[in-house]
Amino acid sequence: MAILVFSEETDGHASASALELTSKAAQLGEVTVFHVGEGSADALAELGAHGATSVHHMDPGDGLPAPAAAAAIADLVGGDAPAAVLFGMGNTDRDVAGRLSARLGRPVLAAAVDLSIDPVRVTSEILGGTQQIITEATAQAPALVIVRPKAFAANDTGGPAPSTTAVAAPDVGRSGSAVVVERHVEEQEGPDLEAANVVVSGGRGLGGPDNWHLVEELAAELKGAVGATRAVVDAGWVPYSLQVGQTGKTVKPTVYIATGISGAMQHMVGMKDSGTIIAINKDADAPIFGIADLGVVGDVQQIVPKLIEALKARS
Amino acid sequence: MKIAVCVKQIPDPATPYELDAESHLVVRPQDQVLDDTDRYGVEIGLQLAEASEGTVTLFSMSPSGSLQGIRQALAMGADKAVLIDDQALRGSAALTTARVLAAAIEREGFDLVIAGTESTDGYTGVVPQQIAEILDVPALSFARRVEAGDGKVTIERQTATGYDVVESPLPAVLAVTAGSVEPRYPTFKGIMQAKQKPIENLTAGDLGFGDDDVGIAGSGQSITAVAPIAGRQAGEIIEDDGEAHLRIVALLEEAKVI
Ligand SMILES: Cc1cc2nc3c(=O)[nH]c(=O)nc-3n(C[C@H](O)[C@H](O)[C@H](O)COP(=O)(O)OP(=O)(O)OC[C@H]3O[C@@H](n4cnc5c(N)ncnc54)[C@H](O)[C@@H]3O)c2cc1C
Repeated sequence: MAILVFSEETDGHASASALELTSKAAQLGEVTVFHVGEGSADALAELGAHGATSVHHMDPGDGLPAPAAAAAIADLVGGDAPAAVLFGMGNTDRDVAGRLSARLGRPVLAAAVDLSIDPVRVTSEILGGTQQIITEATAQAPALVIVRPKAFAANDTGGPAPSTTAVAAPDVGRSGSAVVVERHVEEQEGPDLEAANVVVSGGRGLGGPDNWHLVEELAAELKGAVGATRAVVDAGWVPYSLQVGQTGKTVKPTVYIATGISGAMQHMVGMKDSGTIIAINKDADAPIFGIADLGVVGDVQQIVPKLIEALKARS
Repeated sequence: MKIAVCVKQIPDPATPYELDAESHLVVRPQDQVLDDTDRYGVEIGLQLAEASEGTVTLFSMSPSGSLQGIRQALAMGADKAVLIDDQALRGSAALTTARVLAAAIEREGFDLVIAGTESTDGYTGVVPQQIAEILDVPALSFARRVEAGDGKVTIERQTATGYDVVESPLPAVLAVTAGSVEPRYPTFKGIMQAKQKPIENLTAGDLGFGDDDVGIAGSGQSITAVAPIAGRQAGEIIEDDGEAHLRIVALLEEAKVI
């Protein structure tokens, strides 16, 4: 069974989701990757190492990539259709999946946490992760599937560099007329949020951006990464790249510390699979306590400084 | 500028959702609320319309019920609403929603279509991109800041590592994130006026869709099983007595991260 995986390049690397999906797809069948971006040798080698045998590479230049990528993938799957096209939850992934769905007239099976083929069946968690549904694709192949981050592990099996075919970005006319005029990378200190062993996240309970240093200092003390809820991202305290949850990043650290976070469903789906969860909240009824291994009912502004001091005293 | 804003009525998120045992669809009560994330799109639509002497028309595909959610958006200042409410649409996939909304919007004419990035009660999150593909226009998705004028739109688009500034000619589809603007609250006058504003009702058939194209039949997918997930259990909960930080240190040691 052939499977196509979507990949987007950032900073010379294939997306984390593409490596996870390539690893999974390699267990199910023959993997081809549609890779968007510069097409650096590193990115291509990573895809091969995770099991991709061939890569179709498209450089979108300054255009928003989705319209041309969707058109090119539609051409590619037009003849001998793969069983499925797999996407991650990245913004470009979702843009391409949506456009391809409209082009091919196939639904998008979303938020998958597990997948089998022949027939294509997808497991997803709904209603804030309280219910699990299995959905079967009944339309003609390929099935279009969006998979949640970290649903599958990335396995570097040392595969050889894949055969690479350059794909020219098709002219998609009016749809393709949006251009990227500036790119801004918001520099982050410390370890990568999605890979860190410890994540310290803060919510609205911190009281304001002036207290955010408590989260940063605690994370630094634990050599961990800083995360945030959407409430504080929307309030402009921290950039979106720190957001954990349904519409942000999914993390599975050994330890997750939630400070001043209520525990909305949309936040918890992004961190509930962490090893040990520690929550500090002044409201004993906060939903976050429902999934915490250790819940401390108290004031973050009292507890976090003492915790930082205690950790400093140890080192 | 002629602005179309897609809005969704959803069951109040504060109440637990129920799934119909047979169809596995969310049970929709009579009284539904405006999806909170749609208030941002309505606000941006109103601001752009005010700056360009334009109009804002709401488009919604949902069981209308008591229309409470639609009236909330009209009370914010939208001019009118087009509702597609049809029993045949029950169980439609996101793609059908996009096709139906796109057909209704095209019939009305548009310079800009605005939607939220994803709805609170769904999780597919691709409807704006599907609408853009069907209408053959650019999709300015994940927009956290928006400016429009002189026949073009400029946005700041969230990316995994920061943001991009993206520029597009009109017509276009714009999908905004919460936090992009501060939505206004309806005034008393707005609430009174909303009751008089025109609401047009359409069926799937009015837009040229047959029963087999939409609903469960046209969804291209079928739910084969639903099961509750054994959730994570709550652990120990302690009151801070001034020494709680020591319990945390002990647990960090146990987890071998210090
Ligand atoms: C479609 C959609 C997608 C979403 N995606 C995400 C997402 O990806 N990630 C995400 O996080 N959210 C997401 N949300 C938002 C989510 O629903 C919540 O609104 C958000 O997570 C709440 O953030 P919070 O916990 O910081 O704020 P609040 O819910 O306001 O909680 C603050 C908490 O701090 C506590 N507190 C206050 N003062 C103190 C103190 N001094 N000491 C200790 N505790 C204190 C309070 O008791 C309260 O529990 C999404 C929402 C929607 C509709």
